[in-house]
Amino acid sequence: MASQKKGTLDKNNKYDRQLRLWGDHGQSSLETARVCLINASATGTEILKNLILPGIGSFTILDGNKVQGEDVGNNFFLTADSIGKSRAQVATELLSELNEDVSGDFLEENVDDLLQKNPAFFTSFTTVIATQLSERTLLDLGKVLWTANIPLLVCRCYGFIGYLRVVIKEHTIIESHPDNFHEDLRLDYPFRGLKEYCDSLNLETMDKKEHSHTPWLVILYKYLQIWEEKHGGKMPKNYKEKVALKELIKEGIRKNENGVPEEEENFDEAIKSVNSSLNATGIPSDIKALFEDPSCLKLNSESKNFWVMVRALKEFTENDGNGFLPLRGSIPDMTADSERYIQLQTVYREQAELDSIAVAGHVHALLHNIGRKGTISDTEIKTFCRNSAFLTVLRTGSLEEEYGADTANTEELGRHVMMEEEEDASDEGDDTVLYILLRAADRFFTEYTRYPGFFNNSVEADIPKLKACLVKLTHDWGLSAGLKDDYIQEMCRYGASELHTVSAFMGGVTAQEVIKLVTGQFVPINNTFIYNGQRQTSTTIKL
Amino acid sequence: MEADWSSRWDHLQKIVERGGPFAHPDFEPSPEILGFLKDSCKILVIGAGGLGCELLKDLALMGFRDIHVIDMDTIDVSNLNRQFLFRACDVGKAKADVAAAFINARVPGCKVTPHYAKIQDFDDFFYRGFHIVVCGLDSIIARRWMNGMLIGLLTYEDGELDQSSLIPMVDGGTEGFKGNARVILPGITACVECTLGFYPPQINFPLCTIAHTPRLPEHCIEFVRILLWPKEEPFGAGVAIDGDDPKHIQWILEKSQERANEYNISGITYRLTQGVVKRIMPAVASTNAVIAAACATEVFKIATSCCLPLNNYMNFNDTNGVYTYTFEAERLEGCLACSNKPLSVTFSETDKLQDIITYLQENASLQMKAPGITTSMGGKNKTLYMQTVKSIEARTRENLKMSLKELGLENGQELYVADVTTPNTLTLQLQLATSMDNS
Ligand SMILES: [Zn+2]
Repeated sequence: MASQKKGTLDKNNKYDRQLRLWGDHGQSSLETARVCLINASATGTEILKNLILPGIGSFTILDGNKVQGEDVGNNFFLTADSIGKSRAQVATELLSELNEDVSGDFLEENVDDLLQKNPAFFTSFTTVIATQLSERTLLDLGKVLWTANIPLLVCRCYGFIGYLRVVIKEHTIIESHPDNFHEDLRLDYPFRGLKEYCDSLNLETMDKKEHSHTPWLVILYKYLQIWEEKHGGKMPKNYKEKVALKELIKEGIRKNENGVPEEEENFDEAIKSVNSSLNATGIPSDIKALFEDPSCLKLNSESKNFWVMVRALKEFTENDGNGFLPLRGSIPDMTADSERYIQLQTVYREQAELDSIAVAGHVHALLHNIGRKGTISDTEIKTFCRNSAFLTVLRTGSLEEEYGADTANTEELGRHVMMEEEEDASDEGDDTVLYILLRAADRFFTEYTRYPGFFNNSVEADIPKLKACLVKLTHDWGLSAGLKDDYIQEMCRYGASELHTVSAFMGGVTAQEVIKLVTGQFVPINNTFIYNGQRQTSTTIKL
Repeated sequence: MEADWSSRWDHLQKIVERGGPFAHPDFEPSPEILGFLKDSCKILVIGAGGLGCELLKDLALMGFRDIHVIDMDTIDVSNLNRQFLFRACDVGKAKADVAAAFINARVPGCKVTPHYAKIQDFDDFFYRGFHIVVCGLDSIIARRWMNGMLIGLLTYEDGELDQSSLIPMVDGGTEGFKGNARVILPGITACVECTLGFYPPQINFPLCTIAHTPRLPEHCIEFVRILLWPKEEPFGAGVAIDGDDPKHIQWILEKSQERANEYNISGITYRLTQGVVKRIMPAVASTNAVIAAACATEVFKIATSCCLPLNNYMNFNDTNGVYTYTFEAERLEGCLACSNKPLSVTFSETDKLQDIITYLQENASLQMKAPGITTSMGGKNKTLYMQTVKSIEARTRENLKMSLKELGLENGQELYVADVTTPNTLTLQLQLATSMDNS
């Protein structure tokens, strides 16, 4: 037992800096995840490095290639004396040194053969990461994983271009950790506990110290009451009315014997908060959309916890919640004495607790009705309620749709092709064209079994050929326009080179997207990320 | 030195031996470029931590061979989740030494020279020897000092900048899922001091909140750290808090818990306590990888001219999707560090010397820490105030309360300011208003 305790302590220390981001529960999800990397390219090993360091459960490298001279040149996890050996094996050995808590494995086999022979191999993982795959292999792999609802991340680096595609049928996020959000204070629709608490305080009769240490939430509540009495029960709506409310609050600041206003920080805070705290309480449109989602409306015995809770949430808002989501239950820090701040905090916390219990009631009734096995814990329901305004569902669409001539997002692509054409020679560009160029290079590969500019002696000759591929590609999309020759020329310069720093950049980005998918926290891209290393810009497009 | 094998540089050669429409106008594709990287180009990496480890790997694989690295820290267990050149058995050793040895062993031909030292331990002669400086620091003061050093190396002829004195600085920073990378051409593009507003000053809880009206668990921890520790001296007189000593943190945790109980405050944990005491910033491998890679790409661009460098700032955040924002940070007109002009400041003759000190500390574009001021009077140097040397501080403390007039300062007088944020002495031109104009 003693040694086990020591083990946990070490992990607490080792992972301290990241536990502050995704918590112990995020870490334990990470530690049970099994990822598969296809091809130990520079990009591939950089991705794995950033998953092994934070402690992913296990990794398996699938790679049928032998280490070559150029691989060692751009890959930190291959060595010169390993040239000619299995790339999967060498990379696995060197990567495993990074973290003794992670188990690494490899399989030296051709991807296409394995897809034929044993597609179940791929569906045994939590997540699959693919690098350096041909278009055809990629589509075959995509089909296998899509059917099994296993996330696939496709990452590639080509000259100064980085590309990442996330493919997942459905991914649901409770803890999205938004950077910016409105507090959930309900000043426009105060709940009973808040009313009772605020009404129990009387600003007029307070002594000086008490007056200047009354939380601004209470002050704003009081002055809103005064305002509403004068305005037929209506809240201040526009800028002008908000200014008037601020004036009203300002008048409430105590004055000294000479009629000079005292310094009352809490009143200043109340005035400052008028703009940010009077947002109408309501259900965000994204959440309303979830309520109408078929997965919410048609629960069955296979439904995920997430959708059962969304349905319970919907029922809560339609009944007990009076049209609102459960109260979040937290308040910001504010000037106040300890006692009343804690009392106010407790008022919010207790109402949140009541709301969460009500939602739990709906959850249990629903589980019973649909006859679903297993329960949903109160902790999970509580976390769900606290985050109910930030729930996110990600559906990226399949690779098959993206590559199908009829289903491709030609509207989006067309917009960028047109934009490029209309532009003059300025260096302003749109990184979406880099995606089109990558697709054209793939088309080139399909035709010539090499990438444009791969050999030094064919760089010039490949330019018109790549251009022809691009024309065919855009034609398939029903678009007539092309791209500037500069891009095509630059693409041939790259010659499918994999620059280490571009791989390292995309290795960081891709690993973090895997961590998001595995922990169910933070929001992954939807669905294609393009990095332009030349200009240090990027774009995300849904294709 | 022949460490190359067949095809080793194939990927890089395509970029530096082929021309392209997006290359720098001066770019001439040639095998000599790779030769320059391998044989002549000298890079200085500041910091061998989260960014530094990545930078060393990135630069080594991009063909750079003569790399120096400075870091004054030793390896801690909590570094191992991202500083991938270190292993559990390296804990306690110098970061610079271990990182350099690892790279040199892994990448044949690469020679990383470690310096287990502070950046302030080196003089301008040392810094002048590098082509490009890359910073992967978590300290704003160190970043400002380095910026000041590189600006101090600039030479001007008839007001014209001598380009050969210019050493580009590539700078990266990360915190959690956020990061930034920037390229500074000292004297030409915005410097660290031009954009001090990007680093908001650290906000501390007001002392009266900590002492009298705690509301958050953090307030209780700060109470124990700031007020209770020096009073009780739990581990002996004069023993300062060691944030890495579990006994110290445990003591603070228990006392904070007591205080929190007193006020019904919940949420004190070991992790929070250590976070507050050590002012820990969350950190993760992926963000460091991204930012270091962007910085190393810029070093490669500057060294080879294979394409135009970043102009001049990129922000990164992957909390919600993956977001980057690239823009041109603007130079601050009259920047004390890089405008090559003395800063003119206006005070009244009844203002005290303390007012000037406060101004230097609180002005958003100066943000000095412990400025010392000297001036020249009657051909002699006179120290008006200096905080960093104890004996001089004692001798000059009285000056703080004296008015500028009493100190004998005149309109147009030059004040020379020294501070930890810069290796250079900065010149302020005092515009002295008589108290009449001022009122
Ligand atoms: Zn400047």
